[in-house]
Order: sequence, then structure tokens, then C-alpha cells
Amino acid sequence: MDIFVQQLINGLVLGSVYALVALGYTMVYGILELINFAHGEITMFGAMVALAVISALTGAGVDLPGVVIALLGLLTAIPVCMALGYTIERVAYRPLRHAPRLAPLITAIGVSIVLQNVAMLIWGRQYIPFPPILPQGHHNLLGARITDIQIAILVTSVVLMIALTLLVQRTRLGRAMRATAQSPQLAGLMGVNSNTVISLTFIIGSGLAAVAGVMVSAYYGLAHYYMGFLLGLKAFSAAVLGGIGNLAGAMLGGLLLGVIESLGAGYIGDITGGFLGSNYQDVFAFFVLIAVLIVRPSGLLGERVGERA
Amino acid sequence: MNPTLRNTLLTALVSAALISGCSKKDESADNIIKIGSASPLTGPQAHLGKDNENGAQLAVDEINAAGLTLNGKKMHIDLIAEDDQADPKAATTVAQKLVDDGVVGVIGHLNSGATIPASKIYFDAGIPQISPSATAISYTAQGYNTAYRVMTNDRQQGQVLGQYAVNQLGAKRIAVIDDRTAYGQGLADEFEKAVKAAGGEVVAREYTTDKSTDFMAILTSIKSHDPQVVFFGGMDPQAAPLAKQLNELGIKAQLLGGDGMQTPAFIDLANSAAEGTIASNPGLPLDSMPGGKAFREKFNARFGEIQNYAPYAYDAVYVMVDAMKRANSSDPAKYLAELPKTDHQGVTGHIRFDNKGDLTDGAVSLYQVKSGKWQVLQTVQNTK
Repeated sequence: MDIFVQQLINGLVLGSVYALVALGYTMVYGILELINFAHGEITMFGAMVALAVISALTGAGVDLPGVVIALLGLLTAIPVCMALGYTIERVAYRPLRHAPRLAPLITAIGVSIVLQNVAMLIWGRQYIPFPPILPQGHHNLLGARITDIQIAILVTSVVLMIALTLLVQRTRLGRAMRATAQSPQLAGLMGVNSNTVISLTFIIGSGLAAVAGVMVSAYYGLAHYYMGFLLGLKAFSAAVLGGIGNLAGAMLGGLLLGVIESLGAGYIGDITGGFLGSNYQDVFAFFVLIAVLIVRPSGLLGERVGERA
Repeated sequence: MNPTLRNTLLTALVSAALISGCSKKDESADNIIKIGSASPLTGPQAHLGKDNENGAQLAVDEINAAGLTLNGKKMHIDLIAEDDQADPKAATTVAQKLVDDGVVGVIGHLNSGATIPASKIYFDAGIPQISPSATAISYTAQGYNTAYRVMTNDRQQGQVLGQYAVNQLGAKRIAVIDDRTAYGQGLADEFEKAVKAAGGEVVAREYTTDKSTDFMAILTSIKSHDPQVVFFGGMDPQAAPLAKQLNELGIKAQLLGGDGMQTPAFIDLANSAAEGTIASNPGLPLDSMPGGKAFREKFNARFGEIQNYAPYAYDAVYVMVDAMKRANSSDPAKYLAELPKTDHQGVTGHIRFDNKGDLTDGAVSLYQVKSGKWQVLQTVQNTK
């Protein structure tokens, strides 16, 4: 039982990070029907910028509590990533807004490669350690262990997800975003500046990515210019699983993917009597993804395709 | 751009190209020898890959500066470094590219998984290959007369580790994790065999990838088997978060591993969680190597800290050039015949090859992290 609870905690922590990143994919897709492959790299930039600030502060011997230093890193990373997300949209996607769908997809892949290489030039090929400044305590929960960092990740993710849902459902900007998603032209006729809305979508998504990046690097204790790739891929899968374009779907998909991966890796050996081992954990996760998509091609909470005029 | 201007520019470019082409030709009064270096220069293992390239470059620059002659002409080695991304598929592309570029020998690759598929291409082209760091047994077991390595193989290392775990650590219950690469899996398999031979029991066998950072799920599963030793076959970017997560889950087992995690980066990344970890590395500790201290100074002055295999890449270049000197030729067909007769006192030790291309009497050393540094525990000589 305690092992099961532990696997569930592992999965939820992992899944809440996937969910935060998946939100960025799904928001952009919802409005532009564009898969922003550079999103994983924005996550990586968030981690890198925060680490640079944290290392500079600890290196300079600043006498602040570790949590404050980490927060300063995070608060630097968020605006940097927001600016990065805005710039990417402005430079790489907006000029291609009316080009065939494949063109911005290719530039997205291009931007992702450029960002990886820029990060490699700035921060090098080394893995960058996250200084041990955060509290390392842990608590018992139904016989399983949950660390302070895991609690922080879970709480932060849930708060951000609620905040984003409120933003989209309850504010003027949210209404403008939903209107633009349904029909940019019609939203424009109603006085919505779709360019501003799209820019803000990228900015918000990038901010979330920055938070996710910093949390991942704090959790695993390292950052690397390549870390955004796999994280982006998993988060994208989570968005598809939940129904790409749907915010609640991205959150559900993220959490679900995390839990499936964790339980899959933990139990697949026992279920199959040792025939399949934990080397099949990704296979297992993608098998679930495919199975869901066969039954519900637009994802768990996805809406019918073809709504757009 | 107007057509006249474009023509002028084109002419300028073409003549510039011609001039530079000419100056290159003039150098061929020297004997230009192209040697390839293949290792991951991008991706998660880029830090190790660049380290290998730097080690080889150091040797190449020394040889060029020393002004050795071959067949009456001054030797000038060009090191052509290629990025195999630690990926078996990319490795074959890179290997073909090096062959097409006309290299006469290759230092590489870094990973066993990349080295093995590439070795067929070098064998078909008759080009000698010396890997500084591929330790998988199957690399030299393919019967290619072009395949050599200057590092102890996984059988030698796995045996030392397995016997150490059971006999010296007194562990009976052992969990094994590998990263599913030719190296990680090969080492873990040899370790498992040695553990069983010594009377230990492998209570869990789990798998991850060489790109993962999350091991909570497999470690939780391992925890339920209550092992005394957790063995990891893989590289430092995985080993460090693995060490941290062992702590987070409150698993008290001793972490044990191979050369892939016996690096300074492992300690930097794992911080306090690295403390107590034991890992092996083929060969002698750098400071006990015959030329270790001098090498460290030279390397630090030019490239900074040594990651892991740079001294082996450095020795590999010298072994290759030595064979060329004995054959008095850089023709692969001629100096290949000299490679089996290698008897070279290198930085890493005394290098001689058996009939497969493996080191004849490789040493394996064990290290433990104590107060934030790798400290030598013991060295096992003449492993078979």
C-alpha cells in the first residue's frame, strides 16, 4: 500500500510539471492551431536563467534564506521567458500567420534548435547543478515520503492552474482569448485586437513554462541545454492526451501521463510476471495514449474538430 | 543587388577560394595526416565528448609541434572532430563521413552503443579505430582487425565490481539498474553475472534511459525489495539525480556504479547525495598513472578540468602515431599491421593489445566519494 501511495505521489509531482508545460502548448494551439515546438526550450531557458541568478547570488555570498534566493531566480526567469516567448511569436510565427500550416511548424522546429544552441553557447555543454539551498525536509504521508520540494511543486502547479482557469473564464482578456480561438476574424470585428491577444497568450504560456523549468531543475538538482526537448515532448503528449486546445484537458492529460508513467514503471514488471520490465515504461505510456486516441481521437476532453468556420 | 556588383563579388569570392586552395596545396610538402575524432559534441553527454576531443587534440598538437618525420617528410596531423550525438544511427553517418573525408585512423567513439555500429564501417574501409572509452565486450568480439581500445572492458570491470559488492561490502541483496545503452546494459549484465558467481542475489532489475532524470518510480519499486546495494550501469547525468532520489525516498542502500559516473560532474550535480557513492574506473587513478600529474597540468592549462576519458583519447592518438612511425607510413593498410605489436608506455599505463584488440593487463580502480571528492579505495591489477 505505501509503495502504491509513493508511486502515486511520484506520478502526481511529475504530472503537475507536465501539466504546466502542456498548458503552454494547448493555449497556443487553441488560438493559432500551431504546435509551438520551441515551448520546451522556453522551459529550459527558464531553468537556465534562474540558475544563473541563483549561482551568482550564492557565489557572491549573499546572505539570504535559500528559498528567497530561489524565488529571486524564479522572478528573473519569468520575465525573461515572457520576453522570449513574445519575441519568438513576433519574429518566427507572426510573419507566417497566413502561410500554409506546415510553414510555421517548420519554423517552430527551427526556433527550438536555435534556442538549444544559443543556450549551449551561453551556458556550455555541462550539466549545471542546482545549489543545495532549498530545504531538504520530508514528511510521512500514509507510509510514503513526500519532500518539501515535491509539496512546493504540487501546490504551485495547482495554484497556477486555478489562476489560469480564472483568467480565461472570468476576465475580459480571457473572453478575448476564447473569442480569438473561435474565430480570429469575427473577434476582430467585435473589437478584439487579435495580435495583442496572441502575444499575451505566448507571454502567459512562457511564464508558466519558466515556473515549470525552475521547478524541474530544483527537483532533479540539475539543468542542461537539452532538458527542454524530452520535457516538451512529454508535455505535448499530455496536451494531446487531454485534448489539445482544451485547458482542462492539458491539466488532466499532464497529471494522468505522470501517474501512468509512474505506475507503469513501478508495476509493469509485477503485472507481466517479469516478462516486461521498467524499460517498457515509455512504451506503456504511449500505448495508453494511442488507446485513448483510438476511442476519442480529439483527446479526453477535446472538442469536435471542424468547429472553426 | 545589381548584376555588376554581384559579378564582382562572385569573382572576388572565387579568387579568394582559389587562393586559399593554393595555400593549402603548398603545405602538402608536409605529410598531412587526417585523423578522425568521433564523440558526442551535442546532447546530454556533450561534456564528455568534448573532453575526449580535447584529449586527442592535446596529443595531436604535441606531435605536430615535435616535428616528427615519416618517410622523410614532416608529419602534420589534422584532427577532424565529428559529433555522433552518442547515437548509434548518427554514429554510422559520422563514420561514413570520416571515411569519405579520407581519414587514415579514428579515435573514438565515446559510447559503446555508437562505437559498435561505426566499427563495421571502419573495418570495411580498412581504417584502424582506437576507442578511448568504449568498454562493451561485443566491440572487439566482432572479429574486426581494425577495432582497438585503450580501456579495460566491461567484463574486467563488472567482475571487479560484482566481487567487491558481495565479498567486501558483504551485500546479499542487490538491485541493478541500467540505462539500456550498449555500455550500461553490458556493464550491468557482467556485474550481475559476477554477483551471482560470488553468491549474491539480484533482487530487482530495473531499466531507464540515457536521457531520463526521473527515477522515482523504479526506485520506489526497488525500495519494496529492500536491497543492500543499488548498482547503476550508466552515465553521470543519470547517476546524479538517481543518487539524490535514493536519498529522498529514504533508501539506505549503498550506490555502486562504473566509469560512466566516476566523474567530477557527478559530485557537482548530486551534491551531498554523492557522499559515500562507490564507482570503478578502468585503469589507474590519474595521479597514480605514470604520466598522470604532468597530463593533468597540461590539460588544465589549456582546457580546464578533465571530465573522464581525456587521458585515454590522448594515449590513443600516441598509440596510433607510434604504429605509423614503426611502419614508416600513414597508409592504413601498412600501419594496421603494426598496431598488434603496440608496446607503449602511455599516460594511462602500459598499453599492449591481445589478439582481439583489448588491453592485455588492464587495471580497474575503485573510488568512493568522501567529503566531496573521489578518493581511491583500491586498485585491482591484471584483470582478465
